[in-house]
Amino acid sequence: MSATITPFAQTPEAWKLPYRSKVGMACLIIAESAIFTIFVVAYLYYAGKSLTGPTPREVLQTPIFYTICLLSSSLTIHFASRFLERRARGAFLGFWFLTILLGGLFLYGTGQEWHRLIYEHGLTISTNLFGTTYYSLVGLHAFHVTVGLILLSIVFLFGLTGRVGSEQSARVEVLSMYWHFVDAVWVVVFSVVYILGR
Amino acid sequence: MSSDALAIRGAEIEGRPWVEALHDWITTVDHKRLGILYILYALLFLVIGGLEAIVIRIQLMRPHSDFVSPQVFNRMFTMHGTTMIFFVIMPVMFGFANYLVPLMIGARDMAFPRLNAFSFWLTAFGGFLLYFSFLGGSGLYGAGNAPDVGWWAYAPLTSRAFSPGHSADYWTIAVLVSGFGSIGTATNIIATILSMRCPGMTLGRMPLMGWMTLVMSGLVLISISPLSAAQIMLIVDRYLGGHFFDTQAGGSATLWMHFFWIFGHPEVYILVIPAFAFASEIIPTFSRKPIFGYPVMVAATVCIGFISMSVWAHHMFTIGMDSAANTFFVLTTMAIAVPTGIKIFNWLGTMWGGKIQFKTPMLFCVAFLFQFLAAGLTGVMLGAAPFNWQLSGSYFVVAHFHYVIVGAILFCIFGAIYYWYPKITGRMLNESLGKLHFWLFVIGFHLTFDPMHIPGLMGMPRRIYTYEPGRGWDSWNLIVSIGAFIQGVATLLFLVNLIVSYFKGPKAGNDPWDAWTLEWSVSSPPPAYNFAVIPTVESRRPLWDRKHPEDPDSRYE
Repeated sequence: MSATITPFAQTPEAWKLPYRSKVGMACLIIAESAIFTIFVVAYLYYAGKSLTGPTPREVLQTPIFYTICLLSSSLTIHFASRFLERRARGAFLGFWFLTILLGGLFLYGTGQEWHRLIYEHGLTISTNLFGTTYYSLVGLHAFHVTVGLILLSIVFLFGLTGRVGSEQSARVEVLSMYWHFVDAVWVVVFSVVYILGR
Repeated sequence: MSSDALAIRGAEIEGRPWVEALHDWITTVDHKRLGILYILYALLFLVIGGLEAIVIRIQLMRPHSDFVSPQVFNRMFTMHGTTMIFFVIMPVMFGFANYLVPLMIGARDMAFPRLNAFSFWLTAFGGFLLYFSFLGGSGLYGAGNAPDVGWWAYAPLTSRAFSPGHSADYWTIAVLVSGFGSIGTATNIIATILSMRCPGMTLGRMPLMGWMTLVMSGLVLISISPLSAAQIMLIVDRYLGGHFFDTQAGGSATLWMHFFWIFGHPEVYILVIPAFAFASEIIPTFSRKPIFGYPVMVAATVCIGFISMSVWAHHMFTIGMDSAANTFFVLTTMAIAVPTGIKIFNWLGTMWGGKIQFKTPMLFCVAFLFQFLAAGLTGVMLGAAPFNWQLSGSYFVVAHFHYVIVGAILFCIFGAIYYWYPKITGRMLNESLGKLHFWLFVIGFHLTFDPMHIPGLMGMPRRIYTYEPGRGWDSWNLIVSIGAFIQGVATLLFLVNLIVSYFKGPKAGNDPWDAWTLEWSVSSPPPAYNFAVIPTVESRRPLWDRKHPEDPDSRYE
């Protein structure tokens, strides 16, 4: 310990604490992970326990293309925030828009799959246990993608009006944490629904 | 630096119209005001939940009583449980965390003040929504008003077939909404503690209250979320025709039990860890010694946090799990007694050889030590699966968890209010009224919850509406009810003390207890900005260092 006896003395140099928004987002991600865990557990617990059809094996098609879209949007948002740090505004906006586009494409894919399941196979949330668990798990994820897209679009609009500069890059980084989380959850949901659950 | 000079002048505030003051309180984002709102809100619901308990006890005072109908009785115990857990103890804990943590770690506010206000109002409206069910719960069916499914709302009681109308919906949505509020506040507390500490306030120098609030908030994140997920599933079942907990379509009622108790058991620790925090601040101050075994205390708290996530199914021994699961949950339940026991030894070690001052806050904490130990012992008994098979769902269990929640948690809350009331209001609470409150409450508590174990051992099930005479339960129940009335009177005395002392109590000054944490370095009540100059600390007891510059703690740590 220092030899000084005057309490409440000078500020020690290099007193640095983590950025509060990052900590806050990490907390949100922990809480959200717990919510998703419960839905995943319910999905696995009920896999194959439906009393009536249709079953996942009969109706599910693996959405490879849309999965690639969503996962690559993690890369584009990473590049976007790197460019923002380096003050390359144009490249930032370009990659940011690409992220929104890829996320939107994924959401379109989910919508298309749901349309097919509902109108071709008659599978709704109240049909059987598979319907209940499938729509709630995939729907919970799609809800998070939607929220993410709204947030990304707000940043994009601010960006177009020239209000997002490198001084905002820490905040943009926090939003991209959320987006990475949404993508990571999809990896779990994908494995559970399209690989393990079939 | 004289902090008295920083106090807000009263004249400025008193001159304003009351609507403006009210507007200020409703739109406030100040952590101190939100803390006070949380505490007042909790006290309001404490009175309501207490009245419900009194209704239950009048009904059970003698056999074959018909004071209320069975339907009303079911609503009373459901609302009593839900209210006391979600709308009394959680808000009061968040209130104190809100008020004290920024002051203790030398910050000017929480990390996200607006999120703080948002979370408070979510919790508040959750409670109002729950009680609105008395008016709106009947729905179009005219089928019962307030929820009557018990506070853990086991499936299939909550399905449309058994809960028509909207009473179960009010329960679900109220708990879901207040859960989101809790997650928001927990996020805020963690971000505040990790990112807003004043220079020199390393994690190892943080008051134990900071550490324990941090662990409690972490538990909120991991365990309130499963409850929210389960409530979303229940809403899907009730509104969209889902089958999560619908056994006729292959769903499982047991899964709800697991999901509920994955929340439900850590919840006990969410409630009790802040109580530990109060004890860890109050006991050293009134023993005139620093806390004994600070690092062990921190380690034990973190340890409790982890183990508490793996004990939930000890609430479910009677559903028929296999012996491997039973053994696992028995062992984890026994294991959690170890860090808890370490804490009790540390508090005793703090008092050992100290110059103990038995002021009201200290009295409550000493009673807490004894009662928490007893509650832990019946907990270990119930943690043994064979014993549990015999007594699960009996009044023995009711007596056990009320021993924890009233005997440990509520006692610490009372202690905390006596301890920090001078800081919050600037006035001391009346000491003689406080002592009277303490002794009456201790007598009422033991009269209620000690005899309550016995009808449980004799086989009286919990949640029964009434019972036959001549089973040996009659006089025990009468004694229990008398004790409940004494607790009610003691609580009224306490409320009178709160109100009278606010106007008539002697001025407290900055530091009435000669304590050592940073909140006592500012005026009472503290100015809106807390600290004119952000302090720098060099030990765990910054105020000791300031009062004793010739022998600061920083020399020894």
